[in-house]
Amino acid sequence: MQKSIVTILLILIGYGANAQVKLLTLNELEQRVAKGKDTTYVVNFWATWCGPCVEELPYFEKVNTENAGKPFKVILMSLDFKSKLKTDVIPFVAKHKIKSEVYVLNETDQQKFIDQVDKNWSGAIPATLILNADKKVRSFYEQAFTYEQLTKTISTVIKP
Amino acid sequence: MKKLILACLSMFLITAANAQNGYQVGDLASDFNLKNVDGKNVSLANYKNAKGYIVVFTCNTCPVSKAYEARVEALSKMYAAKGYPVVAINTNDPVTSPGDTYAKMQERAKEKGFSFAYLEDPDHVFTKKYGAQRTPHVFVLQKTAKGNEVAYIGAIDNDQQEANPQRDNYVQNAVNQLLKGEKPSVASTKAIGCTIKWKKEASR
Repeated sequence: MQKSIVTILLILIGYGANAQVKLLTLNELEQRVAKGKDTTYVVNFWATWCGPCVEELPYFEKVNTENAGKPFKVILMSLDFKSKLKTDVIPFVAKHKIKSEVYVLNETDQQKFIDQVDKNWSGAIPATLILNADKKVRSFYEQAFTYEQLTKTISTVIKP
Repeated sequence: MKKLILACLSMFLITAANAQNGYQVGDLASDFNLKNVDGKNVSLANYKNAKGYIVVFTCNTCPVSKAYEARVEALSKMYAAKGYPVVAINTNDPVTSPGDTYAKMQERAKEKGFSFAYLEDPDHVFTKKYGAQRTPHVFVLQKTAKGNEVAYIGAIDNDQQEANPQRDNYVQNAVNQLLKGEKPSVASTKAIGCTIKWKKEASR
């Protein structure tokens, strides 16, 4: 009896943690973008261990907040190892009080998913993908952004 | 109309220039003469008995590079005697990335007991020439009559987390095939890595 209570508790704790940061495959991401129609998605590929990625996260957070209420979403796609979801990613998200949606990429074959994101991606991070299904926008950037560069880039590729 | 053609042409030229950024498989790689952690300069030509080289663009600070340090050392142990020495080159600017100074490179090499050369590349001359885009980024070269031909570009294996015993050991497979006189069946791969910490230019 005690054992089953512990098990239930553990499941609940696990569920609570998972509710915060989930795993996501690229296909799931693409489906979401397709369903989003006129929504602009700014997908940032990052990792807790990547210095320049962590540096630019506040800019993505700011852009996300500024566009609240509009068809606009920032998705922070972590490339941390799946095994680090609970030990690294969730504590990081909590510590930095990240408001944007955070996922850990659920893909094992880097060969495949790097090309699926963009043929020109060498695999270096940070990298960012701007998507809008209705406007047929798919722009990829293998670079770090400043806040000014990010807002300018978004307004250039997504014409009102 | 003329303007349009010109615009198209210049766009094409830019694309072409980008595409030629760095070596492709089959290109002849340039030799270098860079300072090793022991204070002596190292060139590919120094390795008189080499049949080729495993050139690893890496650094002290990138977590992916660190995760691969032991595997790079294993490659060196495995292939130096067979004629494919490992030569590591630090891609990063020591001002932009203070963990990658020459002194820190020396520390790291000593601490980890690197059996291979670990060279600095001031101003990213060879990092750019080879076209290394992230760390770690491997170029396997084969010594031929024409020069050092690029035989493989990419990742060390497809298992950064060392979680899959059935991993594809890309570099090992490539070198094994070269040693048998074959061309590597997988000649180019991609992997997640750290960006190169470029020197900050005054003009930017």
